[in-house]
Amino acid sequence: MLEAKQLQCVRGARRLFDGVNFTVKRGEAVRVTGINGAGKTSLLRLLCGLARPESGEILFDGTPISADVDQFHGKLLYLGHGNALKDDLTAVENLRFLLTSHDIHPAPSDIRAALENLGLARIADLPVKVLSQGQKRRTALAQLEFCKSRPLWLLDEPFTALDVHAVSALAATMGDHVSKGSLLLYTTHQDVELPGVQVRTLSLNG
Amino acid sequence: MGAVAWSVFQRDVRIALRHRSDVLTLFVFFVIVVSLFPLGVGPEPQILREIAPGVVWVAALLACMLALNRLFAADFADGTLEQLALVPQPLPVLVLGKVAAHWVTTGLPLVAIAPVLGIQFDLTAEAIGVLVVTLLLGTPTLSLIGAVGAALTLGVRGGGGLLALLVLPLYIPVLIFGAGAVSAAAQGVPLSGHLSLLGATLAGALALVPWAVATSIRISLE
Repeated sequence: MLEAKQLQCVRGARRLFDGVNFTVKRGEAVRVTGINGAGKTSLLRLLCGLARPESGEILFDGTPISADVDQFHGKLLYLGHGNALKDDLTAVENLRFLLTSHDIHPAPSDIRAALENLGLARIADLPVKVLSQGQKRRTALAQLEFCKSRPLWLLDEPFTALDVHAVSALAATMGDHVSKGSLLLYTTHQDVELPGVQVRTLSLNG
Repeated sequence: MGAVAWSVFQRDVRIALRHRSDVLTLFVFFVIVVSLFPLGVGPEPQILREIAPGVVWVAALLACMLALNRLFAADFADGTLEQLALVPQPLPVLVLGKVAAHWVTTGLPLVAIAPVLGIQFDLTAEAIGVLVVTLLLGTPTLSLIGAVGAALTLGVRGGGGLLALLVLPLYIPVLIFGAGAVSAAAQGVPLSGHLSLLGATLAGALALVPWAVATSIRISLE
């Protein structure tokens, strides 16, 4: 269970939001909405502990996330705006590095299989710099396949740059993860339904 | 715990090897700067022998500094640094992996070419040996201290110039003891004091820098 109590976020001299309260239980999905600049990304960064709230508290399973950050990070998968892919490495090398850093050690053949499922088999051994924006995004999203043991997913604009097929495949992955009892918070400007899951909306406007 | 740091190290070395021009540029810069001095000062062997330790060390210092802005900047821009900050392991250890990779791809090549440059300045075999040892002890310190500056200037506009202003003064002790040891060797004076101090700065930097860098990275990410 993820709880936010009276969260306030200030960037520079500007107050993005104040008094944000919500609770996300296991098996629930929450879509964070708001106009550009409302603080959606900032909220996700607060929730994963990259930034600290000006005031307020964030609890995961009843303990403040700052109490034992490493333990909390072991339960978390955060995908931000940046894909965290290095241009000079291939898709496979990038994924292997990112997963190793999450302490997940899949066999190279599993990584290839995951890329193949996403329709990326042809580009698996190409340097990421030659990929299109959508292919890069899909490469980064291939991590999800291996992070199903992480009960909390925070995804910032996961659908950006994806084609229709990729969007529905991703929605299925997200829905599947939630219906198995995990928590999901994501931001998006696209109306995408997650199969089998009732998505709550958290609005940051005003 | 070291597994992730090791994979960070491997990844950074691999990227550097795919981007060989960066490494080569630095290497050539070092060689050219050192080679300019005999042309400017004149071919007097006695003078060259005297200025050699200082020249090689100053050039090494500048070369190390030039490479600093690529230590964290790319990772900061593409979101890798965010992911590293979310690794459920102490960030300082990962920082150490990154700095080690940086040293292997910038400092180590300089150490390797230094004997040739020593010959160019007519240094004795013993002085050349000491030059290599001091560079081996000193360039990791340069990478470590530089990492603090690089982390502090992340995301700052015009960070390159600021980085030089921050880091160069901190390089002075390494320069003094490094060049001093080589001069002492060339004059046949005992040099263990210089070497001990170089080793001590390295040990101190190894112990303190990773924490300072990790903290600055977290501040920059916020």
